[in-house]
Amino acid sequence: MRFIIRRLGFYAVAAWFALTVNFFIPRALPGNAVQALMAKYQNLQPQAMKALEIQFGTGHQGSIFHQYYVYLGNMLSGNLGTSVSYSPASVVSVLRSTLPWTVALVGTATIIAFTLGTLLGIIAAWRRGGWLDRSLPAFTFIQATPYFFLALLLIELLSLKLHVFPFAGGFTLGDTPGWNWTFIGSALYHSILPATTIVVTSMAGWMLQMRNVMITTIGEDYVLAAQAKGLSPRRIMFTYAARNAILPNIAGFALAIGFVVAGALIMEFVFSYPGVGLTLYNAVVSDDYALIQGVFLVIAFAVLLACLLADIVYVIADPRARREAAY
Amino acid sequence: MAVAAVAPPVGGVTPAPVHRDGLIRSLPLKAKIGGVILGFYILMAILGSSIAPNNPSTQTATVLGATAPSLHHLLGTTSFGQDVLSQLLVSMGSTVELGLLVGVIATALAMVVGLTAGYLGGAADEGLSLLANVFLVLPALPLLIVVLAESGSHSALVPEAVVLSVLGWAWGARVIRAQTLTLRSRDFVAAARESGERTWRIIFCEILPNEVSLIAASFVGTVLYAILTSVVLAFIGVVSLSTWSLGTMLYWAQGQEAIQIGAWWWWIPPGVAAATLGMSLVLLNFGLDELGNPRLRDTRGRKRRGRKQRPSDPTPVVREASS
Repeated sequence: MRFIIRRLGFYAVAAWFALTVNFFIPRALPGNAVQALMAKYQNLQPQAMKALEIQFGTGHQGSIFHQYYVYLGNMLSGNLGTSVSYSPASVVSVLRSTLPWTVALVGTATIIAFTLGTLLGIIAAWRRGGWLDRSLPAFTFIQATPYFFLALLLIELLSLKLHVFPFAGGFTLGDTPGWNWTFIGSALYHSILPATTIVVTSMAGWMLQMRNVMITTIGEDYVLAAQAKGLSPRRIMFTYAARNAILPNIAGFALAIGFVVAGALIMEFVFSYPGVGLTLYNAVVSDDYALIQGVFLVIAFAVLLACLLADIVYVIADPRARREAAY
Repeated sequence: MAVAAVAPPVGGVTPAPVHRDGLIRSLPLKAKIGGVILGFYILMAILGSSIAPNNPSTQTATVLGATAPSLHHLLGTTSFGQDVLSQLLVSMGSTVELGLLVGVIATALAMVVGLTAGYLGGAADEGLSLLANVFLVLPALPLLIVVLAESGSHSALVPEAVVLSVLGWAWGARVIRAQTLTLRSRDFVAAARESGERTWRIIFCEILPNEVSLIAASFVGTVLYAILTSVVLAFIGVVSLSTWSLGTMLYWAQGQEAIQIGAWWWWIPPGVAAATLGMSLVLLNFGLDELGNPRLRDTRGRKRRGRKQRPSDPTPVVREASS
């Protein structure tokens, strides 16, 4: 448990850091930039204007410490300010309607990609020099491709040329969101292409790492001993070699998730998928700073939560992390 | 030859290896391929704007509207009548330049933090490692978008390269710190300390030279991060759109619905260029990895000699027939 508590402490620091960065960025801007910004929103409703003033720390709001104190209080009570572009909706209500889309899509796709990538990495390392192992350079190409470019290619091929999948949106226009089969079916159908993009691009990284660690593990003495005992190759592959080689992959999950989420954001924009990424893009286009920052905070906290989950899985998978608690 | 203890030549920096011929020849094939592609793009970046047939921003086609590749315009034109090939040549320059600049700044930061934290240990290590881990765990792209969107990217108050560097040093610092930790307890460092060398001298003259290949790999990885991230940032339009880069090319193509009107010559070339540029860096890094970890080396040569390698075979640490 001590490991988890230590990690919890770390994530608390990271979360505080994210909140603090979020507080200082608008205040670090030169004054004239802020004025130009405020001038752009002359005809806003008073309460939105006030929200903007609070955010940029202009007007009369006391010392910076007082502002910081008020800001943290707002954040803890879930008050992320008012969105300018969706005015008068609050940032929280905008995010509440878009977050489920992203979590469902990115979460599922990431789990599929991780499982598939790890499995392929195991096979590539086991059959060293086999066709899968030799096709690794192709996976490198995918790994180095910007996510959105792959998404554009898929749209061109599968939507515009072959008309197999819709190229935009999260569900058929005209359907009302709800828990009925027509809607769920349409949502699933629309999610195939975006999900494929995430799976294909993020799978390569996990596959390559798994393969490289697995190759090192295969050379260990206990694998040789298992082989000498005459265990079946499948058992050696999974319960001896892969069982230990997967640990760095799980540990690396926490670091990789940020990249996956970042790629997914852009992907949402390309597919006009109604998630947080599209919200972020719209916010950037319409200079809706409260919403941009709200999206950043939500993504940051979601990533931290995913990392924490990965840590818990790691503790379950690696006895050494558990034993550490005994000391 | 034995496992290379000298650094591989990366980005043209060859730190005078002992067996120069042997080293270059013994570089893994992946590193060679990656190096050649990267070299091609660097050449393109240097010469690009001088050999570009047209001004990338002006309308040079006689007809307005996207036209397919022809002898006049080898890669066709955009719907503004601009020459795509010229855009590509000019864009490569700024994209590669940004990538290398961020690579240098971020790697320098990573070296300072990683070496200090690893060598000094104690509270300095705790603090710096915590900072690096926080930077690693926070999603960089949304943070970049926040910073760039709010700093008024249009007026370029904060140079993009600086922002990318500040958010891109953590990974390198972590790797360098880990390596420094293992080096600081070696005998030669203890000897240097006993003979009264100053701390900065031990760090930079004793420890640093032993980490050159690691730092090179971290540099290559950072350049890759910078290039891909800058392409993405330009694609969604949060950076200055007044200079041509691979990202801004894609931004305009997307904005003018190049895909929908079937103008593949407009958006495929910059995307493929970015992808192959990235791939060359990944391959280069694989090569560096293989230099450091001989177990990852290609075993195909061995296989061709008719012997199937089983997982339980002893790992070929040194390939005898490599000269």
